[in-house]
Amino acid sequence: MILGAVLRHALRNATRHRLRSGLTVLGMVVAILAYGLLQTVVGAWYANANNASDTRLITRNSISLVFPMPLNYRQKIRAVEGLNQVSLANWFGAIYKEPKNFFAQFAVSDDYFAIYPEFIIDEDQMRDYRRDRRGCIVGRKLANTYGFKIGDAVTLKGTIFPGDWTFVVRAIYDGRKESTDETQFFFHWDFLNETVKQRYARRADQVGVFVSSVRDPDDMARVALEIDGQFRNSAAETLSETEKAFQLGFVAMTGAIVTAVELVSYVVIFIIMAVMANTMAMTARERTAEYATLKALGFSPSFVAGLVLAESLTIALIGGAIGIALTYPVAQGFAQAVGTLFPVFRVAPHTVLLQLACALLVGLLAAWLPARRAARVPIVEGLRSVV
Amino acid sequence: MRAIPLSYSLRNLSARRMTTALTAGGMALVVFVFAAVLMLDAGLHQAMVDTGADDNAVIIRRGSETEMQSGVDRAAAAVVASQPEVALGPGGLPLASKETVVLIALFTRDEGKPSNVMVRGIGPYGAELRPQVRLAKGRMFRSGSNEVVAGASIAKKFRGAGLGETLRFGGREWVVSGVLDAGGSGFDSEIWGDADQLLPAFRRPVYSSVLVRLAQPEGFAAMKERLERDPRFTIEAKRERQYYTDQSAGLAKFINILGLTLTVIFSIGAVIGAMITMYAAVASRTGEIGTLRALGFRRRAVMGAFLVESLLIALVAGVVGLVLASGLQWMTVSTMNFQSFAELAFSFRLTPGIVVEVLLFALAMGFVGGFLPAARAARMDIVAALRSA
Repeated sequence: MILGAVLRHALRNATRHRLRSGLTVLGMVVAILAYGLLQTVVGAWYANANNASDTRLITRNSISLVFPMPLNYRQKIRAVEGLNQVSLANWFGAIYKEPKNFFAQFAVSDDYFAIYPEFIIDEDQMRDYRRDRRGCIVGRKLANTYGFKIGDAVTLKGTIFPGDWTFVVRAIYDGRKESTDETQFFFHWDFLNETVKQRYARRADQVGVFVSSVRDPDDMARVALEIDGQFRNSAAETLSETEKAFQLGFVAMTGAIVTAVELVSYVVIFIIMAVMANTMAMTARERTAEYATLKALGFSPSFVAGLVLAESLTIALIGGAIGIALTYPVAQGFAQAVGTLFPVFRVAPHTVLLQLACALLVGLLAAWLPARRAARVPIVEGLRSVV
Repeated sequence: MRAIPLSYSLRNLSARRMTTALTAGGMALVVFVFAAVLMLDAGLHQAMVDTGADDNAVIIRRGSETEMQSGVDRAAAAVVASQPEVALGPGGLPLASKETVVLIALFTRDEGKPSNVMVRGIGPYGAELRPQVRLAKGRMFRSGSNEVVAGASIAKKFRGAGLGETLRFGGREWVVSGVLDAGGSGFDSEIWGDADQLLPAFRRPVYSSVLVRLAQPEGFAAMKERLERDPRFTIEAKRERQYYTDQSAGLAKFINILGLTLTVIFSIGAVIGAMITMYAAVASRTGEIGTLRALGFRRRAVMGAFLVESLLIALVAGVVGLVLASGLQWMTVSTMNFQSFAELAFSFRLTPGIVVEVLLFALAMGFVGGFLPAARAARMDIVAALRSA
């Protein structure tokens, strides 16, 4: 009963200063929205690592990724016990029309797609791709962004492999999950190798990374060590790690940016907390006489504190709810604006929970001091106070 | 009638200390973020643009965005070095450095995380062509030896890159004989060695790029034209400064877009905070405003007093935010440059221009936040205002 009374009065109180409450709610909306977006950006950064499988092993040159390995390593890697398949991939790094149109391109062997079951490709399209040496497979999101359709010719300008390269879109893949990267571009490794043989013979038969699938994930460490052991003291020593570790390596290199974004997402919460606390402090100060009257009528100090708290929470939660509701459309708009920069950009369920928690926290903390003061102020002093 | 004295506004602020502090605190955080973005951008600019000199030119393979992807064969490199526009050094040799640039993975000292670091093999004049790079510790590598020198931020951050330590890459051990101080430019994030030692170690048959000093900076256009027209080669020439600006364009754009978006969003929050405070000040001082008007102060004076109050809060916030941000100057950010995939270290840099810009931004927030409440105060009817008190 008392709780109901507190809530009813708190709601009324919140609407007494329409302008001020409105402004505060607006501030809350902006802050919660910004917080949600920033958290989603951080999530997008980790998307590739989170989607990486534990059963895939990436073998690269131990000096760094820009150094290739000889093709004949494939046979030796195949000989290692515990592997299902060994496929090839080369980073192509070409430009589509303008440097700003960035998307990942890989020259891959045909068995690559068997290792990546999360790419769903129509069987007929896959057959067409296999038959066409200039064929390529593009992700659904990439196709939508640049309007690629089956049968279209796409010309890329090579940077690592100079010259113009024309491919024909033979298949468009869909992700099995919502979080699957649908912005990649694949073409035949053999086509790359043959062309390189003609153009710059000494760069032929070189592989960027070997991607293999391991039968038993628990066996991963041994398999990795065994592969690397084969090539110790050779011209191109290798480093094998799980796909997850490989992707996290990229994230770690840009760690400073991720940390900054994360930090900033909490700064925005601090800012709104200052605004909200300000609102509540002013409101409570203006109503000092009123609260004293309530107490004189026999309401307990905790009732008065509850009034302040409930009002603060009401404003914070209304703002938070609107902010959360807006996060989805704004995130979608942002994803469209940045195009393929972030392959996966979606609002995670735990982001919403965090937003809600932040709104609650702001509401509680903002009311803390004013509520305590309202509860403690002696009746006589409160009644005498002039605003 | 004259304006309302400034002390009136000042006393009002100190009368509501809690509210003033909260409003100024929120705004100070916004100012801090804004200043940090500008400082980061200035630091990145310094790291990349100051890396290049105006009278130097970089020659890379046409179409390759970075030295890493470029390849210039020995014949082309020799032709580049013998261009008439290239300055001559002591002994009449051209001031040109045939270089090789590769990425290696090094591990950080604290966490052991791998990062890509650029290793640059330079020619005999390589160091002379970059006068902004000084030796901070130790000595330069001896040509023909397995010695290398490391940039200051690399030496500090990565295992084995400090003075006297040993690095292992390209199937060989390399001794760090010196540490470079490149004054915050991109060379602080590189390791230098002898190109003739590094080429065979990495099994590279061709150079990555050629750096030349021009005798006359104006000679660049003629040389560029001649080299790019030459049907024997597919190379292109860029002024060194332009080359490094292009290198960091992506990162700079990213920092700017992200930073400015955040600043706009945050400033909305701060302006709302200021507005709430000022509306409350106006509402609670209705009687006072009536009295002021009755004493003969004009509407404009009342409005001015409230605007000044809001601007004062903003100024306090601006100064506090700047003081906080200036502490960032001792911090170094190191991240991967998207274009070169290599580690790049840069610091926050506070310039006088940024100070002015940030203070103006703070005042603008105060003005926007204070304008509507001040206008309401000015529009009040004298009699009604006096009666409400």
